[in-house]
Amino acid sequence: MRKETILYVEGVTVSFDGFLALKELSFYMDYGELRAMIGPNGAGKSTMLDVICGKTRATKGRVIFGKNDTNITKMLEQDIVKAGIGRKFQNPSIFSNLTVFENFELSLRKKTKGVFYTLLTRKTAKDREKIYSVLETVGLVDKADVMAGSLSHGEKQRVEIGMVVAQDPELVLLDEPVAGMSVKETESTAELILSISKNHTVLVIDHDMDFIKSIAQKVTVLHDGMVLCEGTMDEVQKDERVIEKYLGREK
Amino acid sequence: MNNKKVGGINEWIIAGIVLSIFLIVIPLLNKLPGEDSWLRISEFRINLLGKFLAFAILAMGLNLAWGYTGILSLGQGVYFGLGGYCMAMYLLLKVGASGHYGSALPDFMVWNQITELPWFWKPFNYAWVAIPCVILVPMALAAGFGYLLFRSRVRGVYFAIVSQALALVLAITLVGNQPYTGGTNGLNDFRTIFGFPLRGPDLPKTEFGLYMASVIILFGVYLICRWITRSKLGRVLRAIRDDENRVRFSGYDVANFKIFIFAVAAGMAGISGALFVPQVGIISPSNVGVVPSIEMVLWVAVGGKGTLAGPLLGALIVNYAKTIFSELYPGIWLYFLGALFLCVVVLFPKGAIGIVGQIKNLYSKKPKHTERKKTNIMERTKTEERSIKEG
Repeated sequence: MRKETILYVEGVTVSFDGFLALKELSFYMDYGELRAMIGPNGAGKSTMLDVICGKTRATKGRVIFGKNDTNITKMLEQDIVKAGIGRKFQNPSIFSNLTVFENFELSLRKKTKGVFYTLLTRKTAKDREKIYSVLETVGLVDKADVMAGSLSHGEKQRVEIGMVVAQDPELVLLDEPVAGMSVKETESTAELILSISKNHTVLVIDHDMDFIKSIAQKVTVLHDGMVLCEGTMDEVQKDERVIEKYLGREK
Repeated sequence: MNNKKVGGINEWIIAGIVLSIFLIVIPLLNKLPGEDSWLRISEFRINLLGKFLAFAILAMGLNLAWGYTGILSLGQGVYFGLGGYCMAMYLLLKVGASGHYGSALPDFMVWNQITELPWFWKPFNYAWVAIPCVILVPMALAAGFGYLLFRSRVRGVYFAIVSQALALVLAITLVGNQPYTGGTNGLNDFRTIFGFPLRGPDLPKTEFGLYMASVIILFGVYLICRWITRSKLGRVLRAIRDDENRVRFSGYDVANFKIFIFAVAAGMAGISGALFVPQVGIISPSNVGVVPSIEMVLWVAVGGKGTLAGPLLGALIVNYAKTIFSELYPGIWLYFLGALFLCVVVLFPKGAIGIVGQIKNLYSKKPKHTERKKTNIMERTKTEERSIKEG
């Protein structure tokens, strides 16, 4: 794939009542990339995802996305989704009182998601096929008709990843996809993310260094609302500033 | 998916039985000879039931908003009132010059020294304007009100409070503009509806017709609710109740869905009000204010919110309880009613319709519960292990 930039985050500042969660942060991603973002608690990782997907408004700066270089800085959440960005939240945020199948059904990419279209539409064979392929991808085929709220924590995480996959976005944002998962679940989720990244551009946030090592080609380290450094995992781990500010603290 | 079978066949059988009780059995029981026979249902009781069924229509609409979408409206009396007043204005204008004062104006306007029919009364001379208005006026207000609040993401308790304030505003406005609205007395003293008498010896026949109309309209409303909740839109509504943000991040404009369902609920409340007026013979600010609005929420809670038949059951149970208690214990009946509400909220959070399921759960699902608890604990220890490892 030709290297082209899919996402420009340029000079973004986010101020919460004077507290600067992001300080003129700039950050770029290429098409087809699988990028990890690490950093200590409070570094601004989640805030940055919030700005990209429209949950939090940037005080300053802009976010440009996609082939047509759309400025999504001031767009509404649902319009950003339509533009092609899917987000998985840190705490599994799913529809507890719907089945896994229905969770995916609502997430499917559609030309329109208006009120009357939604009232009159019916599931097509193609929809069903797509939902089953997502169920297979996330390994929840036998849980298709189970209420999502009754699943285990790890399964809920997979449901939410599945919902994002069903949206078929160009850019997938994953906020701590393996938080609260067992070692085994973490491994299979890593595989899952690798398979998703074949067709999508993916940005993963996590604390788990082993997990990050197992998936990411390129790592961005965030500290105090700014990018500290960027590079391969090895480069980052050797970086003096990273060792001092982040990795060093663990030992 | 196995409940599809149960829900599919049984549901229609139950609906058929209920419908034939309302349309055939009850009218037949009314025809039984002997005024005192305990089996005989008097005209008075049928009229009462007709009124309760009108209430059930409102409850079903409110349930779409509250039970399915999580929008708690404490001001449903507003939309009930608008529908009721639209109908009442039409009925009052049909009285024409046969009122007490022999004027073409409604009686209350005459003694308020109004000499010309106010402009907003004029369209209600015609049934073809009044009937659509019964539905469209409440829907339009609800859509406008919803647009303002849902667009700015007012929700939960805040929405409930604002919706209640609207009920207060309407009640005060109606009282304060006596020359145009009839004030505290409201609108009453109707003579005919579509040519059928609303007073005199033939009144029971008209009331019976209104009862039958209520049953049929209620069934129609039930089918609409069923269609909406079974559609993909119904699933989006339940998703909004679960996690509004996730719905946004799935690409839906949540505000539009809320405006839609709130307007539908208001339309049903309007129908309810319009059926109430000719059966009771009066509508006044005391039917539309804060207290009746809260009572409407209780119909849904008692019956079981988030279920199709629950609100119907709830409207009937609460209103019958009200009637029976007030007949038997005129002095202290309100305490009984309060006790009923307390019992439901504390003992049967899923309402009357949930009692069956609750009993079933009590006996069959015990092992599953303990199993789940165990996995939760295991899940937790794993998480803890991991966080310890990470430092």
